[in-house]
Amino acid sequence: MPGLMDGFIAIVRRDLLLAWKRPGDVLNPLFFFAMVASLFPLATGPSPEQLMLNGPGVVWVAALLATLLSLNSLFLSDFEDGSLDQIILSPQPLPLLGLGKAAGHWLLSGLPLVLVSPLIAVTYRMPADIVGVLMLTLTLGTVSLSLLGAIGAALTVGLNRGNALLSLLIMPLAMPVLIFGARTVSLAAAGDPVAAGIYFLAAYCMLALTLAPFATAAALKISNE
Amino acid sequence: MTGLLSGNDLCLLRGDRCLFQRLNFALNCGELLFVEGANGSGKTSLLRGIAGLLEFETGNITWDGQKILDAYRVFRSDLVWLSHRVGFKGELNLLENLQFESALRSCSMEKTAAVIDRLSLAPLTSLPFRYLSAGQQRRVALARMLLANARLWMMDEPFTYLDMAGQALVAELIAEHLAGGGLCVAASHQAVDIGAPTQRVTLQ
Amino acid sequence: MWSFLHKLASPPHFYGLSAKMIPWFYAAGLVAVAYGTIAGLFYAPADEEMNDGFRIIYVHVPAAFISMSAYMVMALGAGIGLIWRMKLAHAVAASAAPLGAWFTFLALITGSIWGRPMWGTWWEWGDPRLTSELLMLFLYFGYLALRAAIDDTAKADKASAVLALVGAVNIPIIHFSVEWWTSLHQGSTLLKSGGPGMPPDMLYPLLAMILGFVLLFAALLLTRVRTEVLHRERRTRWVRKLIMPAGEPA
Repeated sequence: MPGLMDGFIAIVRRDLLLAWKRPGDVLNPLFFFAMVASLFPLATGPSPEQLMLNGPGVVWVAALLATLLSLNSLFLSDFEDGSLDQIILSPQPLPLLGLGKAAGHWLLSGLPLVLVSPLIAVTYRMPADIVGVLMLTLTLGTVSLSLLGAIGAALTVGLNRGNALLSLLIMPLAMPVLIFGARTVSLAAAGDPVAAGIYFLAAYCMLALTLAPFATAAALKISNE
Repeated sequence: MTGLLSGNDLCLLRGDRCLFQRLNFALNCGELLFVEGANGSGKTSLLRGIAGLLEFETGNITWDGQKILDAYRVFRSDLVWLSHRVGFKGELNLLENLQFESALRSCSMEKTAAVIDRLSLAPLTSLPFRYLSAGQQRRVALARMLLANARLWMMDEPFTYLDMAGQALVAELIAEHLAGGGLCVAASHQAVDIGAPTQRVTLQ
Repeated sequence: MWSFLHKLASPPHFYGLSAKMIPWFYAAGLVAVAYGTIAGLFYAPADEEMNDGFRIIYVHVPAAFISMSAYMVMALGAGIGLIWRMKLAHAVAASAAPLGAWFTFLALITGSIWGRPMWGTWWEWGDPRLTSELLMLFLYFGYLALRAAIDDTAKADKASAVLALVGAVNIPIIHFSVEWWTSLHQGSTLLKSGGPGMPPDMLYPLLAMILGFVLLFAALLLTRVRTEVLHRERRTRWVRKLIMPAGEPA
């Protein structure tokens, strides 16, 4: 019997290798994140109080939008070149392979966002200790988004104009992550305790980790029919 | 009808059209199931249904006495699939693609060198896959069949894009596989004689 | 018992049975709504804070209740259809969705009207119920959009079923998140439906309205499901017999 984690690792390795050969796939959403975060001050004015007030929310919304952008193509090339058939028909459990795709997506999309966020935070005059909370909430949040987004990507792969539909499907489901993520950082900026928010994000992450792969697997089989 | 692989009372609808109904077959070791029919007659859908990629309207497929949907993982471990969409990544080269395949199936890469030689793929190993011609890509897909340790080969249009030598190679590989106790389900609009015990299903 | 349910799951039996049930649901629903409306509008005592303006809760609360219940019906139908492959269950899910969306919209409109005198504005993000209802509407939109995007009915059924189930798991989480979010905002303005201290004169009409809405929803749902079943089974013999009177060539 094949080792259980072989397929998971194989998928993550393959997706990382593919991203290495096509760096645009990783960089484009990252630039998008930076640009969206820059749009707000241009639109609303550079007053420091406003920036500090809006900072957490803006960074979080930009992260959400950038993640949605990169989710579009999660299964697209696999669907088009027949790899999805092979993945579904492989001896490995499909939920694990779906988890592998989500993990690869986070490494290529969520993790870069987290690493770049301090730069954006600085432009919003966020103090250093708040940036720590920002990065922690973004980490937990982007993991949840990758997991949840994989379900949406699996449901809409192969549909015409699936991209807009993907955003429509994922946005309401992503609201708890956005609410807790952004507001926890605001609380930190105000000096209030952040434990509740962090715990919630961690719990949501755990829930997504356990349930989302099964939904992703079901959705992949349905979309591939 | 019973066999290692059997289909019972299969019916498939596409939209409002009924592609086939009350279809039965039973396949045992060493046998080939050949699905014939014109383009659009439902050959690919039948194969996809047998593999479990889509659901039949009625009926079921059994493998080793069990319905495949009840023991799907067991069935999948003994199956390897080939279709016109070869399922390899264009940006990766041949070796990287095959590495992924063997990791997915937890097979070792030892046999890889031998298989590459057999299929005359040695000069192509470091090119990105998308630079290969359609015929060469088909031969890499055959490498997947040889590397997997699967009793059931499912092949959708295995002869397209191949020249006479290539087609002879495919026929030879199938014959070898069947002689070794394997099963094969193949669909093609070309009539082919492998010279092994063959059951034929013709779709209108 | 099981054979009754088994029979019910068959579309022709369902079609016949629902024809008999629907008039009763409509009748009972209209009676309940009539009582609730008259008692609520004319006989219930006026609220201390809001005077007569509060009476819109007699539409808002039932509508909000149905908006949630409809999603549960949808998710239940989706789950049964997905796991047990019952075609009728998928038809129920497909029919419940647009109804649920409309009731959600109604709840939003009436909630906005209710809050206007208190907030001074037509929309108040600080009200958790209203914001939750809005997200609920988006969930419905997503479901309907996914259905519309897939041509093959069976595939659309299965894909939207997965979405409905994922949404159902998320709904309590969304509600909790929005509650927490508004509780951070000082002086959150909650639309209170009176709570446990509601006098019976105010409460009974409300309960009647909720019951009436439930019955009317059931009637509307069954009607839609019948149409949906007819459409899905249009090629079968029993539908052809229904549509074409006996004696004409099939």
